[in-house]
Amino acid sequence: MEILISTAIGFLVACGIYLMLRARTMDVVIGLTLLSYAVNLFLFASGRLTSNAAALISPDAVVYADPLPQALVLTAIVIGFGMTAFLVVLAIRAFGDLGNDHVDGEAGK
Amino acid sequence: MMGHWLIVPVLLPMVAAILMLLTARMGRAVERSISLLSMLGLVAVSTVLLNASLSGDYQVYALGNWVAPFGIVLVLDRLSALMVLLTSVLALFSLLYACNGQDREGRHFHVLFHMQLMGLNGAFLTGDLFNLFVFFEILLIASYGLLLHGGGPLRSRAGLHYVILNLAGSALFLIGVGTIYGMLGTLNMADLAVKVAEANPEQLRLIHISALLLMVVFGLKAALLPLYFWLPSAYSSASAPVAALFAIMTKVGVYSIIRIFMLVFGIEAGVLSNLAQPWLLPLGLVTLALGAFGVLSSRCLRKQVAYLVVVSVGTLIAGVGLLTVESMAASLYYLVHSTLITGGLFLLADLIARQRGDVGSELRIGPTVTQPLLLSTMFFIAALAVVGLPPLSGFIGKLLLLQAAVQQPSVVWFWSVILIASFFALIALSRTGSALFLKTDDTATTGVRAGGASLLAVTALLLSSPLLAVYGDAVSGFTTATAEQLMAPMQYIEGVLGPQQSPMVSRMGGEQ
Repeated sequence: MEILISTAIGFLVACGIYLMLRARTMDVVIGLTLLSYAVNLFLFASGRLTSNAAALISPDAVVYADPLPQALVLTAIVIGFGMTAFLVVLAIRAFGDLGNDHVDGEAGK
Repeated sequence: MMGHWLIVPVLLPMVAAILMLLTARMGRAVERSISLLSMLGLVAVSTVLLNASLSGDYQVYALGNWVAPFGIVLVLDRLSALMVLLTSVLALFSLLYACNGQDREGRHFHVLFHMQLMGLNGAFLTGDLFNLFVFFEILLIASYGLLLHGGGPLRSRAGLHYVILNLAGSALFLIGVGTIYGMLGTLNMADLAVKVAEANPEQLRLIHISALLLMVVFGLKAALLPLYFWLPSAYSSASAPVAALFAIMTKVGVYSIIRIFMLVFGIEAGVLSNLAQPWLLPLGLVTLALGAFGVLSSRCLRKQVAYLVVVSVGTLIAGVGLLTVESMAASLYYLVHSTLITGGLFLLADLIARQRGDVGSELRIGPTVTQPLLLSTMFFIAALAVVGLPPLSGFIGKLLLLQAAVQQPSVVWFWSVILIASFFALIALSRTGSALFLKTDDTATTGVRAGGASLLAVTALLLSSPLLAVYGDAVSGFTTATAEQLMAPMQYIEGVLGPQQSPMVSRMGGEQ
């Protein structure tokens, strides 16, 4: 499971960074989204990977899942979602103001 | 005991912002009154908090009464109290300036302004690493809105760069926080400091990496080399009151560097102690040097002031990097001075630009300003203060920094970079002054006279410099006490977590 999760995170980060380095705003937005997915998975895994662990206190539980990363990842998802929504609107606004979707506002250079 | 006062700097701006949203249909006058009233309340509360911090005790506020390492705590020490007061004073005058008409250029200026204050105060007060991230995001999303306030293609472009860069920074922040949590199992700063000192040798490398990752993030907020390229365009395209408030934004990065690397990775952190020191001094000095070149090469007053912010950050980080009580005290004195003066300069640049018609703040021949004597006197005082010439606070701040470096091995570099950079700033600002006020053509001025509120705001911010000089003894006494408090992280840990076993014992335990 560790290998699967770490490969998934690595693949998402690689795709995210590749897209972020492109010059079109929409590519950058999608890149940032992929990067934030990777970060969320990473945060989730920081409480160690367990399966069938009890989430709440129960008398016959042997292992418990760490609840804190779940709270952190929830916060990170909410914040990331809000930021992405803002960035999409800003990218559209910049397209309207600058007349193109280049990140520097200079198409054709 | 402080009771619930500690949460007020976070709650008051939030409540005010919500009230302003609810009363949005009742007109500008209501919005402005709520905004100014809450701002005045904030200044009063920050003064109370500063007063409470004078004794040197740590005031801890456990949110929801959850005890320290498990719940989120707000911690007030001298540094947080100083930063909260500095923020609210700067914000009060920026807000006053904005009430002269610039708050009408876009929607919800006051709401965003207060949300930003909530984020700033929260970041300064929190004692939890993840909570610091949350408050960073609150202040950032408000700053995105404020940066775009007024609209226009320049702001859209600068805003896009600023938002993308900060989102990437947030991702790095989360990776750093996640790794630290995975290694140490806690996010409370005081608890982290204890756990870092006790960490296993095999964990050290990962903790080291995540600490440096956090430094990259804070360096990005502070505009430290090589991450400062976003700052000049973002700050120079923002509207004046926003740019003035942003003068404190870079200091949030500086504050976080001080807090994390003095407390968690400070002198008592065992193997990882002082891990930031080899980076801070050289990076600070190079940032300072490049900022000075930027000041010299700018062709627009607003951009020049933005580069002066970079210069002040470089000076601060270099001072913090020396890592002595004297240098830390001098840096904090310089932090107060540079924040208020660069804030004042952003407002002054806007006053000047408004009276120069189409030329604006660009440094080329243009019409005479409508109030030449007043504005040139103000510019002269601001330039004296920001360059660091006697008798104003900039001189005292730089003198204290230079004195603090005398005993250090890096004294040659420190002295030469700071003095040469000040000389460059002097040349650049003299040239700017003559370009703005002396090299004028005969075209009639179209600018309107500056309004009373805006003049009051600029004057008050500029007056801070002579005041900081006159009360220099008291202020530097306070910053020295603050620096001594920062150099004793065990006090903070015991203030938050209660009495600990002796650090030597726990460190021995970690090495076994």
